[in-house]
Amino acid sequence: MPEGTLCNRQPVTTKEQLDALLADKTGKIYYEEMQHLEVDTEKLAETLQATCKSRLRTWLEICAHCGLCADSCFFYLANGKDPTQVPAYKIQSTLGEIVRKNGQVDNAHMRYCMDVAWGKCTCCNRCGTFCPYGIDMGVMFSYLRGLCFSQGFVPWELKIGSGMHRIFRAQMDVTPEDFVETCEWMCEEQQDEWPGLEIPVDKVGADILYTCNAREPKHYPEDIAEAAILFHIAGEDWTVPSEGWDQTSLTMFAGDWEGARLQVEGIYKAIERLKPKRVLGTECGHAHRATVIEGPYWVGREDGRPPVPYLHYTEWVAEALRTGKLKIDPAKRIKEPVTLQDSCNYIRNYGLKEVTREIISYIVEPGYFVEMEPCKEYNFCCGGGGGLNGIGIYRQWRNIGFKVKRDQIKATGAKLVIAPCHNCWDAIRDMEEIYELGIRWSFLKPLLLKMVIIPEHLKPKEEAEEEEE
Amino acid sequence: MYQFITGPLLWLTFIIFFGGLAFRVVWYIRGLDWRLDRVAYRAYPALGLKGALSSIIHWLIPYGSHGWRAKPLYTLVFFIFHAGLVVVPLFLAGHAVLLDERWGISWWPTISMALADTLTIGVMVTAVIILVRRLVLPEVRILTTFYDIFLILVSVAPFVTGFLVVHQVRDYTFWLYAHILSGELLLVLIPFTKLFHVVGFFLSRGQIGMDFGIKRAWKSRKGFAW
Ligand code: HEM
Ligand code: SF4
Ligand code: SF4
Ligand code: SF4
Repeated sequence: MPEGTLCNRQPVTTKEQLDALLADKTGKIYYEEMQHLEVDTEKLAETLQATCKSRLRTWLEICAHCGLCADSCFFYLANGKDPTQVPAYKIQSTLGEIVRKNGQVDNAHMRYCMDVAWGKCTCCNRCGTFCPYGIDMGVMFSYLRGLCFSQGFVPWELKIGSGMHRIFRAQMDVTPEDFVETCEWMCEEQQDEWPGLEIPVDKVGADILYTCNAREPKHYPEDIAEAAILFHIAGEDWTVPSEGWDQTSLTMFAGDWEGARLQVEGIYKAIERLKPKRVLGTECGHAHRATVIEGPYWVGREDGRPPVPYLHYTEWVAEALRTGKLKIDPAKRIKEPVTLQDSCNYIRNYGLKEVTREIISYIVEPGYFVEMEPCKEYNFCCGGGGGLNGIGIYRQWRNIGFKVKRDQIKATGAKLVIAPCHNCWDAIRDMEEIYELGIRWSFLKPLLLKMVIIPEHLKPKEEAEEEEE
Repeated sequence: MYQFITGPLLWLTFIIFFGGLAFRVVWYIRGLDWRLDRVAYRAYPALGLKGALSSIIHWLIPYGSHGWRAKPLYTLVFFIFHAGLVVVPLFLAGHAVLLDERWGISWWPTISMALADTLTIGVMVTAVIILVRRLVLPEVRILTTFYDIFLILVSVAPFVTGFLVVHQVRDYTFWLYAHILSGELLLVLIPFTKLFHVVGFFLSRGQIGMDFGIKRAWKSRKGFAW
C-alpha cells in the first residue's frame, strides 16, 4: 500500500478528513497504516535539494563526534546516560543518514526518524549551547520533523493538530464565533465583581492587541477573564481580534511548514486590520516562538520581526510593574520558597531572562526566591516541550524524561513553581501526578490577581463600603 | 625524491589545501539563506557582528564558555592538543628556514626549540588521551568510527615523525620523508573531512553567534551568555 487513507503525505485540510482521523481513537489504524506507508524518495531528495543548505550540511559534516553535547540533553540524563540519547548520535542516525543517502531511505528508517524527532527531542536547543561548533540539534530536529511531515510520518495527534490549524486557524475546533462568545461570557460572569469590565473585540487602533492560546477559550476561559481584569486594573486600552486570535502553532510542532506560515499570516492580518500599537501574547512559550521569533521568517519578513512590536506576557507584566500600572501589595507577596520555570522558547531562544527576574523582584518577598540549577538560558526543558505533552505513543518516554526537571525542582526545596508557559505548566502538572512531589504550579496571572492593589474606583460599590468599615 | 615532495608535490598540496578551503568558505557563505536559516543576517549587521564575535571569542578562550567550563578536564586536554597543532607547524624555526630559503620571507616569527618540543609532546600525550577517551566513554564511543581514529592519527603523524627527525633517531631520511608526506596528507585532507573545522569552526560559531545576536537573544541586555 503506497499511502493509507488516514496516514498519508497529504495534510488535513477538510472537516471530513479531520473527523475520520479523530474517529480513529488513539490512532490505532493510523499507525498500522504507517507501517506500510511508502517513502517518496524522489520528493524527499527534491526537498533536501531545496531546503538543506550549507548551514545544516556543514553541521552534519564537521561534527567532531566528541560527545560534549551528551550531558546537555535531559533525555540522555534521565535515561541513565543511554548513549543512544546523545544528541549528536540521535541526529546523525536520523537526519544525517537521510542526507548522506540523499533521501534514499525506507519506511523503517522514517519511522525511526519519527520516534527520535518527537519522542527523544523536544527541540529545546540546549545541546546547541554546549557544542564547541554551535551545532544546534534542536534546529536540526525541527527540520527533520518537516521532512517527516512531508512524507506522512508524523504522530497522530500532530497530524490532527496541523489539520485543526489549517481548518480553524486555531489548534482546537474553536471558531471565531465561539471565541467571541467566550469573551462575552467571561465578561458577563465577572460583572458583579468587576463592574464595567470589558473585553473589546476588533477595536481598531488600540494600544494593545491581545492574542492567546486556544486552550484558554476551550478549556480555561478563566485565563481570558484574568487577562481582562489585569488590563482593566492597569487601565490599558486593549482589544482581541475575532479572527487571528490563536497564537499557538501545533503546525510548528508537527513540522507542517506551510500550515505554520498560514497560521502566522492569520495573526499578522489581524494586526494589519486592527492597527494596534503593540501586540501582546499570553503566557505561552511555543506560541511566542511561532508567532514572534520564527513566524516573521515563515511569512518572509526580511527584518525578521513581526509587523509591530509583539511582547511576551512576561514583558508586559514587568513593564506594568515597573511603571506602576500594576501595584503590588507588599503584604501579599509570596512568602514561601518559590522557583521559576524558564521556558526554553522565550528564555534560551529569545533572551527574556532579565524580564522574568524583574517580575520576581516585585511579587516575591526578598529571600524566598530560589533559582533552579541550572537556570536562565541553560535551564533544562520541562520535559514536555515540542509537542511531546500531547503525543500518546511517547507518553512513557516523556514521563522518564521528567526526572531531570523533577530533581531540579526538588533540589530548590520550593513548593510553588511559577510556570509562565502552557506547555511547562502542563508538564509540571503531569509530573506532579506521576512523581508526587507535593508542589503547586501557577501561571503569573492568578498570582498577580491575588496581590495586586485594586484602585478604589474599580471596586464594586458595596465592597468598597464594606472595606471602609 | 626530496626535490619532488618538497617541490611539485608541495605546490600541489598547497593548491588543494587553499583552493579547497576557499571553495568551502565561499560555498558555506553563499549557502546561508536568511529565510531557511531564519536569521535576518543582512537586517542587523551590528547585532550580527557582535553576536558572532562574542560566540567565537568565548569558545577560543580556555574555560571561556559555559560549555568548556562544564568539562574542565577535557577542556585542558583539548587546548593543549590544539595549542600544539596550531602553533608548532606555523612557528617552528625549522619551517621558517624553509620559508626564507624558498620565498625569502625572513621576518616570520619563530618559537624556541624547547617550546616546540614541549608543545609537540603535549600533542602526542593529549592525542593518546583523546583516543582512549573515544574508546572508553560510551557517549563518545557510540559516535566513533574508524574515520575519527584515522583523522586523529593523520593529525598527529606529522608531529610524531617531526619529533623523530629533530631528535635524530636512526633512519633520518625515512622519518624526514614520512614527516613531509604525512604533513602533506593532513593538509590535503583538511578541506574535505571534518578537519575542515580549522576554518569551519569560525564559520559555524560565527553563524550561531549571529543567530543568537540577531534573533534568539536579542532581548537580553548582554546578548547570549556563552
Ligand atoms: C584555529 C584552529 C582550530 C580550532 C578553532 C579548532 C577547534 C576544534 C574544536 C572546537 C573541536 C571539537 C572538540 C573536540 O573534539 O575536542 C576540534 C576537534 C579536533 N581538532 Fe581542531 N581546531 C583547530 C585546528 C585544528 C588543527 C590544525 C587540527 C589538526 C590538524 C585539528 C584537529 C582536530 C582533531 C583531530 C579533533 C578531534 C578530536 C577528537 O577526535 O575528539 N584542529 N577542534
Ligand atoms: S558537541 Fe557538537 S561536535 Fe561534539 S558530538 Fe556533539 S554535536 Fe558533534
Ligand atoms: S534539542 Fe534538547 S531535547 Fe533535543 S537533543 Fe538537544 S538537548 Fe536534547
Ligand atoms: S515546554 Fe517549556 S521547558 Fe519545555 S521546551 Fe517548551 S518552553 Fe521549554
